Amino acid sequence: MTVAKETLRPETFASGIASVGIGKVVRQIPADEPPALPPNAELTVIGKAAPRHDGRAKVTGAARFTADVSLPGMLHARILRSPLPHARVRSIDTSEAMRHPDVRAILVIADPADMQSATVRYCGAPVAAVAAVSMAAAEDALRLIHVNYEPLSFVVDFDQARADRAPAVYQGGADAPGGHPSGWPAAAGLPLNGNVRGPAVSQRGDVARGFGDADVIVEGEYRTQVQTHCCLEPHGIVADWQTDTLTAYISTQYTTGVRHELAEQFGLPLNRVRVIVDAMGGGFGSKSTLGNYGHTAVELSRRAHAPVRLVLDREEEQIDSGNRPGTWQRLRIGAKRDGTLTAVSLVSFGTAGVGLGAGVGFNAEALYACDNFSGAQHDVFINAGPGCAMRAPGNTPGAFGLEQAIDQLAERLAMDPVILRDRIDPSPVRREERRIGAERIGWERRHTPGADPGIIKRGMGVGQSLWMANVQLDSSCEVRVTRDGSIEVLSGVQDIGTGTGTVMAQTVAEVFGLRAQDITVRIGDTEFPPGPPSYGSRATASITPPARAAAWHALQSLLREAALALNAAPEDLVTRDGRIVVRSSPSRSIRFAEAAARLRTDRISAVASRSDDYPGFLRRMGDAAWARQSLGGVQFAEVAVDTETGIVRVERVVAVQDCGRPINPRLIESQVHGGVLMGLSYALFEDRILDRHTGRMVNPDLEHYKLAGPHETPAIDVVILENYQGNSATDAYGIAEPANIATAPAIANAVYNAIGVRLRSLPITPAAILGALGKIPQRS
Amino acid sequence: MRSDLSRRSFLRGSALTTAGASMANSTSSLFAQTATQNGSAAMGPEPVALTLRINGVARSVRVEPRVTLAEVLRGPLGLTGTKIACNRGACSACTVLLDGAPICSCMMLAVDVGARGVTTIEGLAQGGALHPVQQAFIDHDALQCGFCTPGIIMSCAALLDRKPEPNADDVRAAISGHVCRCGTYPHVVSATLAAAKTQRG
Repeated sequence: MTVAKETLRPETFASGIASVGIGKVVRQIPADEPPALPPNAELTVIGKAAPRHDGRAKVTGAARFTADVSLPGMLHARILRSPLPHARVRSIDTSEAMRHPDVRAILVIADPADMQSATVRYCGAPVAAVAAVSMAAAEDALRLIHVNYEPLSFVVDFDQARADRAPAVYQGGADAPGGHPSGWPAAAGLPLNGNVRGPAVSQRGDVARGFGDADVIVEGEYRTQVQTHCCLEPHGIVADWQTDTLTAYISTQYTTGVRHELAEQFGLPLNRVRVIVDAMGGGFGSKSTLGNYGHTAVELSRRAHAPVRLVLDREEEQIDSGNRPGTWQRLRIGAKRDGTLTAVSLVSFGTAGVGLGAGVGFNAEALYACDNFSGAQHDVFINAGPGCAMRAPGNTPGAFGLEQAIDQLAERLAMDPVILRDRIDPSPVRREERRIGAERIGWERRHTPGADPGIIKRGMGVGQSLWMANVQLDSSCEVRVTRDGSIEVLSGVQDIGTGTGTVMAQTVAEVFGLRAQDITVRIGDTEFPPGPPSYGSRATASITPPARAAAWHALQSLLREAALALNAAPEDLVTRDGRIVVRSSPSRSIRFAEAAARLRTDRISAVASRSDDYPGFLRRMGDAAWARQSLGGVQFAEVAVDTETGIVRVERVVAVQDCGRPINPRLIESQVHGGVLMGLSYALFEDRILDRHTGRMVNPDLEHYKLAGPHETPAIDVVILENYQGNSATDAYGIAEPANIATAPAIANAVYNAIGVRLRSLPITPAAILGALGKIPQRS
Repeated sequence: MRSDLSRRSFLRGSALTTAGASMANSTSSLFAQTATQNGSAAMGPEPVALTLRINGVARSVRVEPRVTLAEVLRGPLGLTGTKIACNRGACSACTVLLDGAPICSCMMLAVDVGARGVTTIEGLAQGGALHPVQQAFIDHDALQCGFCTPGIIMSCAALLDRKPEPNADDVRAAISGHVCRCGTYPHVVSATLAAAKTQRG
């Protein structure tokens, strides 16, 4: 991807935070990239609250989600799941199920003949699957499959799993996962001792000396629970295996990636595999890959010679569609009296069940300036469903610890937590976010911890987020202009619910001087140029630059025709308000559609791919790349704690966030609401509870698994910075994850400020509050 | 992981045994009474013929008595705008209006609908013109992934029918049974209040 020097050209870009002051930066950019995009104040479509392109489809019920796909002759599949948390399947008798008149195919997943697959390691692990002519028949058939299990000893308690003679989730470790994890960070090739894998070590400087140099040292242990994704749309697929092609309609965050998985797992060339997702009902990290259910449906379709629909039910969603790992972390921070950090040390143990990736991210390592750092992170296996990435994996639990430790340090130093952060946080973006947030929440009203008189005590807290701005380089987009003046933008990229198609339409419309609704959006299909995943807060950053580049190239072709009609030079033409106008003589113009009518062919088309960020990347890993600047985000919370009932009410959250150039402020606001609410729900309510005697999840539904609802929703004040960096054709980055990281620690710090007792374990339930206040016995 | 006594077989059982069965609790006797009132003490497992009044149109189907209204809407009737997300009345994604009142269509057997009129999300717009709540949801971006959206819109539309001048708390109460993981609640409240204004003119 290195571009030869001679193909570069200099271009001057806006640079800086709009509310602070915008300057200029000159970048050498590839010659075929579009010209610099001015700041939002000078634009007509980008930076404005265009309505969603698919809004009408979604409010009328016309939007087609995966479970709404129905094909002729389609079968329905169900999965038989292990009732035991750890067992060896001795035998499976499927003969009676096979005789069911409506059954068309049966797949044994836990095969007794294969030691590796015959061991099931969590309640709900897939054992077999059935495809039948109706859902009811498939369910009936599951009851006709007879499985003989040899129960094995198991452990679902995180602390017990770390004990010396704990039952081993993976015997001898030979069959333990050791490859690339779905979560963060879990490096490959780490040692396994019992159920503990790691540590993944990260170090700089000399921590021992750093602590020796410290005037003040704070220390604390923090725990976070397992959180489940609770996408409203369950995981689902309609697999259609034809003689030599496979079409998968699947609720996925990554059509391109699933296509690759299918090709690899079923030995098909890529051009025989098509993946389609129209509307997608949320994923939050859990729909990033094909998954065992996806593989199962395709295999059943192959065997049954018919399309197969497999949609998980809510219980399956809760036990076997991924989760945010639970963590335990010990943080130790040393500082000088002026706040300068001298050492940070982090030890963590986390559990992603039978999976990997239960680290606590890189906040402690990278958020604050400190020469001496040591981190040691471990995964702990338990007999529970595998975790996976969930909205800012690692950093969300990590921030809960770090941001409380910094709050604690501020108190020890008798400094305001905002002022301490001004001293130790090098980011100019977060500095501005703290300034704005403190003003909006009325930070000067904040009292000393526990000083509020009365039964209901109020408090304020602040938390910060750190997330990498990242990009998928294999991201392409096509823009078509047809003779009737209609325009399409096409890419395999899917819309997880953030409005990806809408921001693409805005980006293209800006180029052509049209309105967002004039652009037809066609996405979520691998027949179109490959799109990026909707994870890592990566989609907008990856797909809007090629959308703009493709539109710009298509426009150049069109301008050549328009130039003839207007008797002007193509470079003297500009687009605005649906017209092509001669810049030097604005009275001369033609309508966009008139220019299109002059095209020599019925349709012109341009395809563009994501170029590297203009200043280069911090690092690359395959098709993924990390920008030189990280994303910030600072949140302030105000809470009221009832010291008699223990109930915490979050009354207000101020979320000040950045995502490079904001393309659609209203859609961003919606996403920030979602990030804050998911963080609030994590802080106060959500908890996957496993019965340590049976290994079963006791709340695998949406009534006992508690989620924040409308009545728990605080006033949420969202402020979005415009942060120009001259990094790409749109200079846009993502928002989903940074909006989720700071909420729980901001709330926890506010609770401390309210009652003067620190809650170091999530969720902060009424019982936890009353326990911390000494009003009831502390629960272990 | 599946319970031996599924909800549907339980409902079927309670309908057959009627009220007073040994397992009767408030829920089961409620359903049993419904079944008795309909005079359908013994149905199934074979499919039965039903005529449902959906969005003002009589629709005839043959379905097993164990299927829910949500399943009939989404399956044989092809009205997939009604979503199933939890299938046990905990998230309200499947909300439709039964004679104007919001209900969870996953919690009602199709055979129990009787003569009552069902309005689904597909029936809310009148002759191509969106219902004010639908339009306001677009204008205020009161949706993200959109999966819970049809159900929430039905509850908000029903609220405006019974209370044309709601306040924010009324809206929050009206949607308190709905789960939206994307966190659209703030925009749902502002959209519904705006729709109320539009509707009043």
